[in-house]
Amino acid sequence: MPKKRGLLRAAIRGGVELARGFYTTLIHLCRRPITEKYPEYKRPLPVRSRARIILTRDPDGEERCVACYLCSAACPVSCISMQSAEREDGRRWAEWFRINFGRCIYCGLCEEACPTLAIQLTPDFETCQRHILTLVAEKADLLVDHGGKNPDYNFYRHAGVTLVGGKGTHLHEAKPVNLKSNLP
Amino acid sequence: MLTWTAGIILLIVKLGLVLVVLLTLAAYLVFAERKLLARLQIRLGPNRAGPFGLLQPLADAVKLLVKEDFVPQGADRVIFLLAPVVVAATALLIFAVVPFGEELTLGGRHIPMVVADLPVGLLYVLALSSIGVYGVALGGWASNSKFSLLGGIRAVAQMISYELSLGLSLVPIVMLAGSFSLVGIVAAQDSYPFLLLQPLSFLIFFVSAVAETKRIPFDLPEAENELVAGYHTEYSGMRFGLYFLGEYVTLVVLGSLVAVFFLGGWRGPLLPPLAWFLIKVLAVVFVMIWMRGTLPRLRYDQLMHFGWKFLIPLALVNIMVTGGVILFLES
Repeated sequence: MPKKRGLLRAAIRGGVELARGFYTTLIHLCRRPITEKYPEYKRPLPVRSRARIILTRDPDGEERCVACYLCSAACPVSCISMQSAEREDGRRWAEWFRINFGRCIYCGLCEEACPTLAIQLTPDFETCQRHILTLVAEKADLLVDHGGKNPDYNFYRHAGVTLVGGKGTHLHEAKPVNLKSNLP
Repeated sequence: MLTWTAGIILLIVKLGLVLVVLLTLAAYLVFAERKLLARLQIRLGPNRAGPFGLLQPLADAVKLLVKEDFVPQGADRVIFLLAPVVVAATALLIFAVVPFGEELTLGGRHIPMVVADLPVGLLYVLALSSIGVYGVALGGWASNSKFSLLGGIRAVAQMISYELSLGLSLVPIVMLAGSFSLVGIVAAQDSYPFLLLQPLSFLIFFVSAVAETKRIPFDLPEAENELVAGYHTEYSGMRFGLYFLGEYVTLVVLGSLVAVFFLGGWRGPLLPPLAWFLIKVLAVVFVMIWMRGTLPRLRYDQLMHFGWKFLIPLALVNIMVTGGVILFLES
């Protein structure tokens, strides 16, 4: 293509594209803004969005947390601390459990690490506080009376200390084999 | 003696009115720009202060007034403190020669609707817009900051380059009107606006005017993603406010200059002259905001090439052609 014609074509193209740009923004002027007015309208967030952390209970109403320290070990900013203890029936629990939300980065690694699905992140993100110390949540602040994202899950039905029944009563667990009668 | 006193009082009243209207217009232009820009980008814009966010300019003004007036270490104190005043003052002074309505006759006295009808109004406008460059350049230099200095340098280069095409684009208007006075130019557009005769001149003037106001797509002096805020990076409080005010007053002034030179000033059917003037100014300002919502920023070399290699030759050719046609028609 000769250079002159290319220049003319480029000029026309440029002009058309320029006009298209102006047209697009002008059309936007007549469109409804897509902005959500936040405090007046709160968009329902996805269940798996990560914000305030809770400690859930199993369907029997018991605390799920067995104070295994896995969440505090997984936490990249070390904002979870606890003290483990054992009940008379052998079940472990956290004597105290503390999350410093001033430090928490809401990465969700604690939730991934938790073997009993006790610690969970919720979509509730409005946790602003005036003073940083009020961001430290104790166990009473964290504990809720429901099962969170997995309401039917009960860790002790699958594993852990035998609280009910006896050997072989866990879910999907085979009956204990009698060694004496199991010989070839 | 009595007429002299009356004249002074009249002048002061006129000055006060123009100042109040101009400043209010500038303040609400900031709001209008934010709101319009938001709508151009399908956002809502400021809507928290008062109904529809209408009190936003007030809130901004209070914020700017209350903030600390900070002078950075190593800054040239006197120049640093004075530079914003230059920008705001020159912008306000330009409006003095802009006629904004028909001559009134009140009790046998003729009251021209212009603060000062200078016989060389057009040169006065160009001279003041040149002085405005000093405010930007000195502010950028006195801040003792790289970003400010770079912004100031860019502003100077850009404004001086585009001032040429700004001035050259007005030569055909002067030729057609046969007058340097802005009142005379409006009077010359009695039957039709100069936009019809000089569309090319209009385009050159408009583009140069946008470059003079340092607005997108010519906002290199304050390119925020390279220079933080350019020449006013180090300014805070009301001194930043003065820069801001100057910028928006310049916007109004350039809108009114476009109206005066090309759109027939306050002339128009049905509506009163003042309303027509306001409509024209706001239309020009709207196009400038629309432009800001649409176009990306130019690169520095593109800016310079566009000014020197395209606009100035075009303006020169335009002058020749206009002069030739006028000569041909006269002979």
